[in-house]
Amino acid sequence: MSDGMFGAKGTGDTSGYSGLVAKVATAGSSERPYGGYFDEVADNLERAYPEFSDAIERVVIDRGELTLHIKAEKLVEVAFVLRDVLKFEMCMGVNGVHYPEQTGRELHAVYLLLSMTKNQRIRLEVSVADSHPHIPTVVEVWAGNNWHEREAFDMFGIIFDGHPGLTRILMPDDWKGHPQRKDYALGGIPVEYKGATTPPPSERRSYK
Amino acid sequence: MTTFDPYAPSRETTEGKVFSVTGGDWDSLVQEIGATKEERVVVNMGPQHPSTHGVLRLVLELEGETITEVRCGIGYLHTGIEKNIEFRNWTQGTTFVTRMDYLSPLHNETAYCLAVEKLLGITNDVPERASVIRVMMMELNRISSHMVALGTGALELGAMGPMFFAFRDRETVLEIFEMITGLRMNMAYVRPGGVQQDLPDGAYTKIREGVKLMRKNFKDNATLLIGNSIWMKRTQGIGYLDLAGCTTLGITGPVLRSTGMPWDLRKVQPYCGYENYNFDVVTADTCDVYGRFLIRMNELEQSLRIIEQCVDKLEKLHSAPVMVADKKIAWPAQLALGGDGLGNSLDHIRQIMGTSMESLIHHFKLVTEGFRVPAGQAYAAIESPRGELGASIVSDGGTRPYRVHFREPSFNNLQATPAMSEGGMVADIVAAVASIDPVMGGVDR
Amino acid sequence: MGLEEKIPSGFVLTTVEKLAGYMRKNSLWPATFGLACCAIEMMAVGSAAKYDIARFGGEVFRASPRQADLMIVAGRVSNKMAPVLRQIYDQMSAPKWVIAMGACASSGGMFNNYAIVQGVDHVVPVDIYLPGCPPRPEMLLDAILKLHEQINNEKIGPNRAQIIKEVELAAMNAKPTHQMNGLLA
Repeated sequence: MSDGMFGAKGTGDTSGYSGLVAKVATAGSSERPYGGYFDEVADNLERAYPEFSDAIERVVIDRGELTLHIKAEKLVEVAFVLRDVLKFEMCMGVNGVHYPEQTGRELHAVYLLLSMTKNQRIRLEVSVADSHPHIPTVVEVWAGNNWHEREAFDMFGIIFDGHPGLTRILMPDDWKGHPQRKDYALGGIPVEYKGATTPPPSERRSYK
Repeated sequence: MTTFDPYAPSRETTEGKVFSVTGGDWDSLVQEIGATKEERVVVNMGPQHPSTHGVLRLVLELEGETITEVRCGIGYLHTGIEKNIEFRNWTQGTTFVTRMDYLSPLHNETAYCLAVEKLLGITNDVPERASVIRVMMMELNRISSHMVALGTGALELGAMGPMFFAFRDRETVLEIFEMITGLRMNMAYVRPGGVQQDLPDGAYTKIREGVKLMRKNFKDNATLLIGNSIWMKRTQGIGYLDLAGCTTLGITGPVLRSTGMPWDLRKVQPYCGYENYNFDVVTADTCDVYGRFLIRMNELEQSLRIIEQCVDKLEKLHSAPVMVADKKIAWPAQLALGGDGLGNSLDHIRQIMGTSMESLIHHFKLVTEGFRVPAGQAYAAIESPRGELGASIVSDGGTRPYRVHFREPSFNNLQATPAMSEGGMVADIVAAVASIDPVMGGVDR
Repeated sequence: MGLEEKIPSGFVLTTVEKLAGYMRKNSLWPATFGLACCAIEMMAVGSAAKYDIARFGGEVFRASPRQADLMIVAGRVSNKMAPVLRQIYDQMSAPKWVIAMGACASSGGMFNNYAIVQGVDHVVPVDIYLPGCPPRPEMLLDAILKLHEQINNEKIGPNRAQIIKEVELAAMNAKPTHQMNGLLA
């Protein structure tokens, strides 16, 4: 997050004294029954993949969406089961998110799955540490993830083991750094006007 | 003075140096190649090319006229929009997101706003008039986007007439946009909570007239191309991609519907009240460029139907609000044309300065700090002219998005280029890419 | 072997300048360098009957830079595209002009970040800057017409070299923007 002259950092405390500290809680694991078609998905998955509780770290139902947090090593097995048995034939893409405060689990890869036969959507999330950002590739399961994984590598530095050609896709090939990580600066130059200069957006005063 | 150069001997003349490119080793080269019978040429259809729909680089390996391998190079329009949004507040995100897929800006905005509303939990509180306006604007945008797709697709295959007709019809739509939102493109009209402002007076008449004019004008393009034997020869059987290919590559939109699968998010997972409109999902079963072209032409008519139904509904809901009722989220724009140009309406100013302290506070907080969105992740998908456009948004509870990622249909659809073109001829790759209709702003973001 | 090598001097030069200016401006062929949203407005200028560019002589948008006179950089130039932009500019033959169309081409626009070149004048010399996001087709036509006036009055040969020197001197002695007085001062 950016730092500026003013601003309430972290909380809504505008007194300037920062006495008020609020913890932002991410959604915790949800309890059964999940509601909607999520129960059916969870049951089918358990039936088809007996090591379900091993692989799945957490099941989160939030805002009407099911997120399965999966261990990185088991990702490909779970993906095959989801595709073949539970009929999630389409993967809408892989998306990276960088949480620098969650030490040990900084880089998350989010997979959005769609089942056309059953008209269902779920989300898979895999978390890896910055020090060892390796996730097995799901290109054999859903071929369309080829470029998505390349983009996650380019933007976040997540290395997908087994990917047929993991190179930069959006940035020039010799670019250093992974732009969408939180520790990469936005870049940007101050803008000159007549009589004043405006700093780039990452350095302006900010509200949190 | 002649210098001996085996490839290009030169001599000085009054005009300067003149080179004669003669045999050299050309003859032996040709003989060599002829002997191996394998002549692979790598051709770069570089980022600047009239037929590649924007800055797309195609590296082709050719054997004669047949393509043996094609690879796409993208990233020439990467703007870092997703990272930029992390430094702006939630409402300002709309202005960035609108420029991703620049042919359908309202679709981008709506996907973003639907995801933000999902995170805020106000999806059911968005007023009906706002949803109807969103649907109408999206369908108008679908028409304008398909017009560009058809026009440029035809131009790339050599037909110049459809390009002029298509852009003429696009002007009708853009005039309607300008009347309602103020801008022809990149309008930032759909905001989280509703739309920015209501339709001006005279909008209904203009839209109805526009629909009538477009219905008449669409026939021009149809008579030029549908059933035209040259067009059919160039597009039938080209760019074949069947259902298995589409599902594994994650392809949606007209390409998927050309395989016969009637998958349209407006019907199967409706949003913004799409379940209340009568329209058909257009499919084709030929899996080729001609099928996709027919789908786009027919979707134009379906969009016109939806627009007419929207205008009827809007006339009934005449003075309903267009922004969510919660004042802590609703963008306080009540603009009016005053003596010094467009600005806040005098009523609004009277209210915030004179009558209501809360309004003043809300206005102030909303435009400086922005509203706060509770922490979590949400994904909202809509059917853009190119396929499923999804916004995957992560919030950490603050006034700025933590991570915004767009699942762009063109990004997935372009991955089909090798599957469609390898084994075909060079001339057909242009048709195949045109039928995918990629918009590089969306691909590269 | 163009016009530049065979110029006379004195008043004959002025006549030649006028003639050359008139002919060059009336058949200005743009090179297609449409990158992003501004490209769509540029296409509208070329193809929509309302904003026809053909009446100004520029209907043929040449795909090959070697046959083009005018490069309209329409859209945001990313760092990956910048070398390509320069190469296309170099492939154009003189005389050539550049219009930076839109806010992103003129100054980086709303994208002040790692990925976008903050103004194509970092890469190619620009003759006309056209603001807007995107500029209306009429604004692009206005820019082209202003360029026509500029081309009409362009000098050739020794006069041109002198003008270039004077412009450079003026730019070096000019006050930087942030020292000028804005509206608030």
